[in-house]
Amino acid sequence: MSGPQPEPPSGLAHLSAMFAQAEQAGRAAFLPYFPIGFPDYDASLAAISAMAEAGVDGFEIGMPFSDPLADGPTIQAATQVALQNGVTVQKCLDAVRELRARGLTQPMLMMGYTNPVLAYGTERFVQEAKAAGADGLIIPDLPPEESAELTAACARAGLAMICFLAPTSTTERIRMVAQQASGFIYVVSVTGITGARSDLPPDLQALIDRIRAETNTPLVLGFGIGTPEQARRMNGLVDGFIVGSALVRAGESGVEAVRGLSQSIRQALDA
Amino acid sequence: MSAPYIQTNVTSVPDKRGYFGDFGGRFVPETLIPALDELIAAYHEAMADPAFQAELAGLQASYVGRETPITHARRLSEHLGGAQIYLKREDLAHTGAHKINNALGQALLAKRMGKKRIVAETGAGQHGVASATTSALLGLECIVYMGSVDIARQQPNVFRMKLLGARVVPVESGSKTLKDAINEAIRDWVTNVQTTFYMLGSALGPHPYPMIVRDFQSVIGTEARRQIQELTGRLPDVCIACVGGGSNAIGLFHAFRDDENVELIGVEAGGYGVSSGAHAARFADPARGRPGVLQGTRSYVLQDDDGQILNTHSISAGLDYASVGPEHAFLRQNERAYYTLATDEEALAAFQTLSQYEGIIPALESSHAMAEAIKRAPTLPRDAIILVNLSGRGDKDLDTVIHALGDEI
Repeated sequence: MSGPQPEPPSGLAHLSAMFAQAEQAGRAAFLPYFPIGFPDYDASLAAISAMAEAGVDGFEIGMPFSDPLADGPTIQAATQVALQNGVTVQKCLDAVRELRARGLTQPMLMMGYTNPVLAYGTERFVQEAKAAGADGLIIPDLPPEESAELTAACARAGLAMICFLAPTSTTERIRMVAQQASGFIYVVSVTGITGARSDLPPDLQALIDRIRAETNTPLVLGFGIGTPEQARRMNGLVDGFIVGSALVRAGESGVEAVRGLSQSIRQALDA
Repeated sequence: MSAPYIQTNVTSVPDKRGYFGDFGGRFVPETLIPALDELIAAYHEAMADPAFQAELAGLQASYVGRETPITHARRLSEHLGGAQIYLKREDLAHTGAHKINNALGQALLAKRMGKKRIVAETGAGQHGVASATTSALLGLECIVYMGSVDIARQQPNVFRMKLLGARVVPVESGSKTLKDAINEAIRDWVTNVQTTFYMLGSALGPHPYPMIVRDFQSVIGTEARRQIQELTGRLPDVCIACVGGGSNAIGLFHAFRDDENVELIGVEAGGYGVSSGAHAARFADPARGRPGVLQGTRSYVLQDDDGQILNTHSISAGLDYASVGPEHAFLRQNERAYYTLATDEEALAAFQTLSQYEGIIPALESSHAMAEAIKRAPTLPRDAIILVNLSGRGDKDLDTVIHALGDEI
């Protein structure tokens, strides 16, 4: 009936397609974070698969690190459990490969800290992440000034190397990051660490406006977003948003809780 | 000759990006980059301001009690039968350790920047006490993060910090020691960055901290270099200091960096010995100590094959840290300084030896430097000079030592 399936988009093209699809639907893209190995390896893959079925748009695949200084208590605790469960960088790449084999089509970005990636080998990590089916990297303790090697390796492989901006970013800084950004810019909603918060900061719109004035790169908001109500506010404000700690906390209660929360967040975007 | 290459390098670091050769940098979340930029600008401006320099020098004299003396350890030198050992007495500085030099400088900088809230980390408690002290002096709010393991073994310092008006926050994550306290202090800083000054206590972390801490501590070496020449008519043959993060060592070494004939020796914590894996000897254990990134800087880091940071052990809380200041990694790579270790047992022995021969009870951290001096002195001629940085006093360690030695003492 039909010829061979076209190669699905990967890397930067995959992310562009994801944003285009969400924009067409008039909503922000929903990118959950979930760490491999929490509460155990199989359960983390089941949670990610459940969220994929719930219609989320993409994933941040968390790689554990012993000293996650950008993370709040929820993700700290979950990633320490993952380490105790023997999760390594290799195991996280295996997880991505396995998720692709199970038919997961959404973009996946590897999220972790600098040292394990350096220990694995920058070039080797990028090559193997691409081969496994990942589309990009997010490394919160690697600002653009320090990321030249990884950025170049990602560019060669067609993967996104995600840059951050924060409420403290100056206009000069925003311009510098805008020039280097690929895929999207991760906008940190608050000065602080990851973790669900009851209220989004009041000056969020002003921060987004400041960044929008300098760049057309898609903006993805993270830190402090955890409820369907907060998610709904992302429509029209940003191109996408990340939910981490709230889903990790749901993960403590099992896969169905993760499915339930991701469904209600996803549905809130259509309302 | 290759000497000029090494000289220019060790003199002109760090570069604008905060690198000492291959080591250093700024590996922190984006939120903190503007705060580091602000700190760099404020620091250069302050150091160029004669009024700031005068205020710092005035308080160093009237409040810290500088300059600290150099003591010739005559009985100990005689006992060992070799080189003459001289002690730079940072134990006599206010609060009992060198940490006050940096804390005073940073507190004045915080005040100048209009930051009224100080966060600090502490291992042995000496930097926490120094931070609490200078915060009290200048009327700043002070929050000190301290691992719960360290709180248990440094009770007197915990009480001192509280007495000085600081809030001591126990850290229960990870190994519950210095590394985890730094993580929590950074998390606090990133959250409250607009109002808060991070008073980092050692020559590590993201640029500009390794440079700022070195510069505020370099008063140690500047004084010692002049004093030893006044006392003996010449430079020492060897300078020895213990190295956790490495602030007292870099403070001593910096003044001697261009004195090619002065050997610089840093002493790491050997814990139960390198082969035990229970130590904090980043340079001495090639299987575990490799270049990596921890807490904002690229340096030697004790890590497993997957890049996870390993737990460390030392009887001395102040040396119990998985990484080392980037300038030390650089000085070692350039072979300008040499690094060795002392085990818990050797440090305990040195602790007692100095107490008994000189009537000076050294901190367990400084006892590591003493242990190396005690090893070296007998191998050198009687007219050789060893200068040891006695970075702190040992009163805070009495519980630990009583526990370790039991009935032996």
